[in-house]
Amino acid sequence: MSSENKQILTTDGIPLEVSLKKAEKKNKVKAFLLVAPLLLFIIITYVFPIGDMLMRSVDDKMVTEMLPKTYKSMETWDGEELPPEEVFEAFYFDFQRLIEEEREGKLSTQLNYTKNGFKSIIKKLRRKSKSFEEGNYKEQIMAVHKRWADVEYWRAIKRRAPAYTYQKYLKGMDMYENEKGEIVNVAEDRRVHRILWLRTLEIAFFVTVFCFLMAYPIAHLLATLPMKYSNLLMICVLLPFWTSLLVRTASWMILLQQQGIVNDFFVMIGLVSDDNRIEMMFNKTGSYVAMTQILLPFMVLPLYSVMKTISPSLMRAGKSLGGTPFIAFWKVYFPLTIPGIGAGCLLVFILAIGYYITPALVGGASGTLISNQIAFHMKSTLDWSFASAMGLMLLSGVLVIYWLYNKLVGIDNIKLG
Amino acid sequence: MALPKYTETHYRIWHYIYLTICAAVFFFLIAPLFVIFPLSFNAEEFLVFSDGMKRLDPDAFSLRWYQDMIYGTKNPWGLAAKNSFIIAIFATIGSVLLGTVAALGLSSRHMPYKGLIMAVLISPMIVPLIISGVAIFFFMAKAGLAATHTGIVLAHIVLGTPFVVITVTATLSGFDHSVTRAAASLGSNPVNTFMKITLPLILPGVISGGLFAFVTSFDEVVVVLFLAGLENTTIPIQMWTGLREQLSPTILAVATCLIVLSTLILVTAELLRRRSERLRGINQ
Repeated sequence: MSSENKQILTTDGIPLEVSLKKAEKKNKVKAFLLVAPLLLFIIITYVFPIGDMLMRSVDDKMVTEMLPKTYKSMETWDGEELPPEEVFEAFYFDFQRLIEEEREGKLSTQLNYTKNGFKSIIKKLRRKSKSFEEGNYKEQIMAVHKRWADVEYWRAIKRRAPAYTYQKYLKGMDMYENEKGEIVNVAEDRRVHRILWLRTLEIAFFVTVFCFLMAYPIAHLLATLPMKYSNLLMICVLLPFWTSLLVRTASWMILLQQQGIVNDFFVMIGLVSDDNRIEMMFNKTGSYVAMTQILLPFMVLPLYSVMKTISPSLMRAGKSLGGTPFIAFWKVYFPLTIPGIGAGCLLVFILAIGYYITPALVGGASGTLISNQIAFHMKSTLDWSFASAMGLMLLSGVLVIYWLYNKLVGIDNIKLG
Repeated sequence: MALPKYTETHYRIWHYIYLTICAAVFFFLIAPLFVIFPLSFNAEEFLVFSDGMKRLDPDAFSLRWYQDMIYGTKNPWGLAAKNSFIIAIFATIGSVLLGTVAALGLSSRHMPYKGLIMAVLISPMIVPLIISGVAIFFFMAKAGLAATHTGIVLAHIVLGTPFVVITVTATLSGFDHSVTRAAASLGSNPVNTFMKITLPLILPGVISGGLFAFVTSFDEVVVVLFLAGLENTTIPIQMWTGLREQLSPTILAVATCLIVLSTLILVTAELLRRRSERLRGINQ
């Protein structure tokens, strides 16, 4: 007998196995079609734009496109001595076209990123080049300013030839590629970004620790109290959670100011004298206090949901087997809460590392984080590619933690409220 | 939490220390919100308690900042409130529609690549807002939607859907699928089954997801800062500018209104959660 005959057939004569597979596939397609609209929406408005950020952060086509002839003529130049006349000539014609299109300002900004000192000499060249005569552009350009006769500046132009660059990422770590193509640190007194990265990590870490230390006891209390009391206390956790971030930050600004209630209290109990009030705002203290209070609910809720599932009889069993309450807590209760601790700490750390609003308002100069720097470059310097590069550096860190969170906790286990 | 009579003294002491710590943390959590209330009724324009307020002198209190909020000249709050509500309402509708439908698919056990897709859909909630803000700004600028209500609504749908997906999938996790099969066997088509059977059962989850989406949009400031023009100003933007420039008591009047609003939302969300747990047979 052949195996075909052994198969069970459905009423329409199709083998059951085939029919089941078909149904299974249909269900899969059905489920996927339900998710598809949102997935497509998120991919178009969110995932692609993040990819676009990546492109922007490495994109360096602007200068390449502004000086096409120059770069073509520079191909044979070895960069040892001043470039030959043809490079100067090509540069002159590229530059004239930029003046016509009124884009020479952009060129000077871009080149100034590579080497300081381009801004003024490009301005001067624009003025003088109106009266240039035909031929011998090398001499004429070099006569405009002595920096045009400096080979360093021509090397700087040449360095901008590739259409893609990782310079912005180096800059984000306070490094740069020097004339010889080596990657070196910037001067000690100009290392601003490394300090910011370290400070961001430091603040996020300590905020997580503070949140954990404060959330653990109250989550335990909420989980062990009878329902009617714990529901009431839960409001203390949930009300801040639902209240606008700006409202909470505003209340901290009122509390922490020099004439504020916290300082009043310190003066009253004699901790500080009236004319010697502590500055708690516009510095790190402000960031710490406000961020801890704002992120505390995100630690309490996961801890609470884990502690709620721990049966109180386990602690009783631990005690009856001879453990003191402390040993019973440490050996029985605490290990059972570790999933909650992991979830809460990762969540708070992720949120803290990307915090922007609160540090900007109460952090001052010494309490700002990497996010504030990104916003500064987006809004003030308009160096969007640098902002993108810093954003992606931050994002890669967050994604590592997100991945860890997914491994340890599972994103479908995130609990809200 | 009464201690048994036989508890030894040092555990008794420890227990009271523990309760004191808890009380202190609860105070730290909730007290900052309450400084805003009295100060918003301050008759003077300083953000400190005046001597009159400390003596509870009725003349030290006034409603002038509330009047300023509503009738003040060159007042941005009216426009901001209108914009905030319009944007939040449309963003909520969009998030709830997209999120609920997606959650239905994600809760099906036939869903392929569930983990990966879930991770992508939840990511706007995890990725720092500043990065989302920059990315969405680039997209909206290219699409010509920067400084429009549409652009902000779309951005807030992105930020709001994760909450809807999470709450609705959580509700669906306790959902008994045999009821939909029963409906199908009785001749109901899938749409009818959804409207008459599934939706009423998961409604608490949908509404609480919607509330999250509403609050997310209503409070959101980072992305709006990148996207909004003068015409699209919202309450959070006005508060942000106010807090950065001059901290006037009018902001505290607005903040008080926002606290009242969030209390209302909290109560609704809590009632819904309890109803949902009752419906799903938890806590019976």
